[in-house]
Amino acid sequence: MNWLEGYRSRELCEALTSEIRQLADQPLRFMEVCGGHTMAIRKFGIPSLLPESISLLSGPGCPVCVTGRVFIDQAIYLSGLEDTIVCTFGDLIRVQGTDASLEKARAEGKQIRIVFSSLDAVELAKRNPEKKIVFLGIGFETTAPGTAAAILRASREGLKNFSVLSAHKLMPPAMEGIISEGIPIDGYICPGHVSTITGTKMYTPIVEKFGIGCVISGFEPLDLLQSILMLTRQVVNRKPKVEIQYSRAVKPAGNPEAQKVMREVFEPADEWWRGLGILKNSGLKPKPEYGQFDTREVINLPDFREKEPRGCICGEILKGLKTPHQCKLFANTCTPANPVGACMVSSEGACQTWYTYEGKN
Amino acid sequence: MKGKTDRILLSHGSGGSLMHDLIRDLFVRHFDNSILDKESDSALLQAPSSNIAFTTDSFVVDPIFFPGGNIGKLAVCGTINDLVAAGAKPYCLSAGFILEEGFPMQALEKIVESMAEVAKTAGVFIATGDTKVVEKGKCDKIFINTSGIGFFPERNEQYLLKEKIGPGDRLIISGFLGDHGMAVMAARNQMEHAINFFSDCAPLNLLLDGLLEVNSGIKFMRDPTRGGLATTLCEIAGGSTFGIKIFEDQIPVRPSVKGLCDIFGFDPLYVANEGKMLIVAKKGSEQNILEILKKNPLGKNAVIIGEVTSENKGLVTLVTSIGGTRIVNMLSGEQLPRIC
Repeated sequence: MNWLEGYRSRELCEALTSEIRQLADQPLRFMEVCGGHTMAIRKFGIPSLLPESISLLSGPGCPVCVTGRVFIDQAIYLSGLEDTIVCTFGDLIRVQGTDASLEKARAEGKQIRIVFSSLDAVELAKRNPEKKIVFLGIGFETTAPGTAAAILRASREGLKNFSVLSAHKLMPPAMEGIISEGIPIDGYICPGHVSTITGTKMYTPIVEKFGIGCVISGFEPLDLLQSILMLTRQVVNRKPKVEIQYSRAVKPAGNPEAQKVMREVFEPADEWWRGLGILKNSGLKPKPEYGQFDTREVINLPDFREKEPRGCICGEILKGLKTPHQCKLFANTCTPANPVGACMVSSEGACQTWYTYEGKN
Repeated sequence: MKGKTDRILLSHGSGGSLMHDLIRDLFVRHFDNSILDKESDSALLQAPSSNIAFTTDSFVVDPIFFPGGNIGKLAVCGTINDLVAAGAKPYCLSAGFILEEGFPMQALEKIVESMAEVAKTAGVFIATGDTKVVEKGKCDKIFINTSGIGFFPERNEQYLLKEKIGPGDRLIISGFLGDHGMAVMAARNQMEHAINFFSDCAPLNLLLDGLLEVNSGIKFMRDPTRGGLATTLCEIAGGSTFGIKIFEDQIPVRPSVKGLCDIFGFDPLYVANEGKMLIVAKKGSEQNILEILKKNPLGKNAVIIGEVTSENKGLVTLVTSIGGTRIVNMLSGEQLPRIC
């Protein structure tokens, strides 16, 4: 199939929506837990094609959005230490901490660099042996292997001035957390890129424990509509299971090499999620044998406390309990140019996606 | 240039003999016209009795050379196009240069040469100019400001104004979108394999002068530069008594540009153009305008992309390629790379 146009064929999309219409004779709530899906769904106007019985909810799928303000506070603190340079992916730069963002801190002269790869941060450490380089490890199973690879490279090369402040998170605990809070969901549209690494196995408990279907989806309109159809079929036939729609990229076993690297370097740790609080074993921290590359082990950090900005309902939005339009700050004091909540910062965040593609009201 | 340094020195902006040599041997030589030749402090122009259009723009593009153009060509075309968008016939430009100490003379000559060349092609002249040199590190290589004066064609008595737009009007775009932005992106990221990206940078009076001289039904025009077509449409619809509806499958984007946009996570609707015009045409006049545009190499890919509606006041809506509907909003902040 033509990679650009084939997966955006109007005829095939119409065929899928008409089948969904015929099948969906009951209210259905499907949640996507990947920022890429949130964006594609709104960008292609998919909700306008679905029957009213189907609601699409945006879950905690954007790594920037679920990251706590304390993480930003810590990063800003580190960037102000003598001889320390903080390296980050660009997405984090505008996220508000309790008092400031990395962007503001950088404008004040703090040492903050945007990198495109974790290995760029390792290179920076090699070139600047007199500086301490802190890499902000953010993202799900998709980016965690990259951070692990950076730690392995630093270890192999015997670097003493490279460490990772990890906010890496794992998808399944959040998906289970949402269900445990009693939020009604009839199926998960599972993240495509995360699953290329993890494969299908990690979703099995969600099906077995909660009876909720999981379909791993691609990012084109045809992918998303087919995934919605597969989930609808599962509900109608009462046969929840893990299915791969995105079979051109995702294999059942995932990417064993990446999994190996991740297992070698990281171990699960309790982690704080915006909207969900602390979830057991939902984060990744470097194992004790890689402790010298764990920022929290090598640099003393002050005790910052999580505090949500007044009026911000990002937490409820991330759980699918409210839509951005129900937030008083949305499009008023909170805009992409001046974000209050994290969901407005990332182009894949629910609030910015709604702002861009659904309008202000 | 005879026996001179191969780099810009602070003295080139000091008012002394080096500066005079630079003006004479480079700027006046290339921009060659009788008004500039007089080397007076102000250009003395003879204006017709019509009203004039007057505009200014500064150029700081990085990299300064990119496939399809450079900062100089861009500075001339950008200001010409702003005059054209107002419905005026571009007449002359000014050119102000801020140069970083150490800037290679050869690169400056190349930039000035291409400015002269495109100005000549477009039938405008550079009437006055200025050069300043700042210490190394105080500016990034070269910044250019151009201002422009244009006159209104005699038969086009009315200016093109947003107030004239109303439901039923048709929207025409003069060709492929996103070429300039992605050419600059490809050059900035030194993507060696990205050989298919060329800026569309061009003077649009060559395309539109003819249409403006007759009563062709053009109500309003704007060149969708920074922020792309989406931002331009939002500016037009915002706060108005009409809505704008566009059709994604009618919007012309080259497959290569679409592909590169997907890689960077950009939406071509928001990517800059430097040689395209968005035309709002009175209903019924669009086919005639389209036919005339298509005869010109600069407009051969022109298409109708949408219409002005009485519903959805103040909003731009997009019918997506798969038949869905969504809002098109202003570009907000800079586009950041994706991490997952």
